[in-house]
Amino acid sequence: MPLVIDALRMSRTLARIAHEIVERNRGVEDLAFVGIRTRGVPLAQRLAATVNEIAGAEVPVGILDITLYRDDLMRHTVGPQPLVRLTDIPFSIDDRRIILVDDVLFTGRTIRSALDALIDFGRPRTIQLAVMVDRGHRELPIKADYVGKNLPTSRREIVNVRLQEIDGIDEVTLEEPSHD
Amino acid sequence: MIEAPSPSPTSTSGQLAQASAPQGTPASSPAPVSGPPPQASAQGAPGLRVRHLLGIEELSPEEIVLILDTAEAMKEVGSRTVKKVPALRGRTVVNLFFEPSTRTRTSFEIAEKRLSADTLSIAVATSSVTKGETLVDTALNLEAMSPDMIVMRHASSGAAHLLSQICRARIINAGDGMHEHPTQALLDAFTIRRHKQRIAGLKVAIIGDLLHSRVFRSNVHLLRKLGADVWVSAPRTLIPPGIERLGVTATTRVEDAIADADVVMMLRIQMERMQGHFFPSLREYFTLYGLTKERLALARPDAIVMHPGPMNRGVEIASDVADGPASVILEQVSNGVAVRMAVLYLLAGGLD
Repeated sequence: MPLVIDALRMSRTLARIAHEIVERNRGVEDLAFVGIRTRGVPLAQRLAATVNEIAGAEVPVGILDITLYRDDLMRHTVGPQPLVRLTDIPFSIDDRRIILVDDVLFTGRTIRSALDALIDFGRPRTIQLAVMVDRGHRELPIKADYVGKNLPTSRREIVNVRLQEIDGIDEVTLEEPSHD
Repeated sequence: MIEAPSPSPTSTSGQLAQASAPQGTPASSPAPVSGPPPQASAQGAPGLRVRHLLGIEELSPEEIVLILDTAEAMKEVGSRTVKKVPALRGRTVVNLFFEPSTRTRTSFEIAEKRLSADTLSIAVATSSVTKGETLVDTALNLEAMSPDMIVMRHASSGAAHLLSQICRARIINAGDGMHEHPTQALLDAFTIRRHKQRIAGLKVAIIGDLLHSRVFRSNVHLLRKLGADVWVSAPRTLIPPGIERLGVTATTRVEDAIADADVVMMLRIQMERMQGHFFPSLREYFTLYGLTKERLALARPDAIVMHPGPMNRGVEIASDVADGPASVILEQVSNGVAVRMAVLYLLAGGLD
């Protein structure tokens, strides 16, 4: 199971992205992070902490669960409904610059759902996208503004982002699907 | 799934599948807003086993907890400026009410609209035709228009069950005779859990017309499944025989039921049905069983007072208690929308 990013590289990557965010936005005024459940949330919190250090600010962080906005929600005919968990965006997103954060950018459908959900919350000035890994195979016209690593993959491969807060370790691995 | 099914539930391949993966609640999530408990169901296999919500009796404790956890997320939707999500877009839900109802019907309609379902409400007059015939006929006619879900209230116990055997649509029982009213029990449990952070181990006193009440039956099933200590009290004429088999402690002394209770749940005295039959007068009922400030003082200091509505002030509950600081009666009403959204969403899984 090839290790693509280890803990040290991940922390450097996040530091780099945080600097890019501050640079591109010429500061942190009106900035806010929104992490997509599950692993976008700790990533958003870490980026916000670094940005706060750089700029001496208090940038808010929200949590977005996109389940109710999925485009496949009513299309599968068997199996239980996906678990809906709490969305918590404790600030107005109107006129803010929102940095949407997720772990892996793949088909783009999660991001499409997240954009729809965010727009129901208000009218941000901009929405920018930050991801740890862009693995290609987009099905929608969506592009990330900040990318930890571009990772060429086949569709069958599995990209695993593991984070200390959830998995007890910081790493990104690329795996072949198991044959059973 | 959007395209090919995700190879493994732990996949974080960036597909939408990851949102459904039964992962543990992230340790990183910030402190919950107003004390909703941790989402226990996040660990196990999520999903309802039942196709219809006919009663609490058929649900497992895990299914109940899943509905309550999902309702926490739905409650947040109701707090937004735009109180609408596209989850049930293109689905048709029929609200079929054979009994008058304002609260429950409105609550379902709002829940359906917040999930973007297409809804229509039919209030059926029950007057002339035999009830069984009317129900089957109406059901067959509705079925011909292929709704995805039917929410039904009916005066006959078992009506929802009958409908579930005739129709392909998912059936949600909004009250059937003296049998069950499952969404009321779920919203009661949701309200209790938000205040007490748990159900297990709480002493819950249920007082009033135990004999005719579907709210009582559903609540007892639910509270027992989740491990509450349930005490019930009513005049002897309103205690159904064999009630101990439900796992409750029954007493005619209301003070014993209320003593040290965490939750005091009053049931409506159905005046239209009871006058002159079960107890001498409403005044006497209030004297012996009505929830007054003095009686409430016997409960724990942080006890909450609940009532499924509509209330008879001065019959089962004194006005100053109904409007007092311990009352969560209006909260129950607003939580009803979130709980019904959760039920509608979860039952819509695997619709074909």
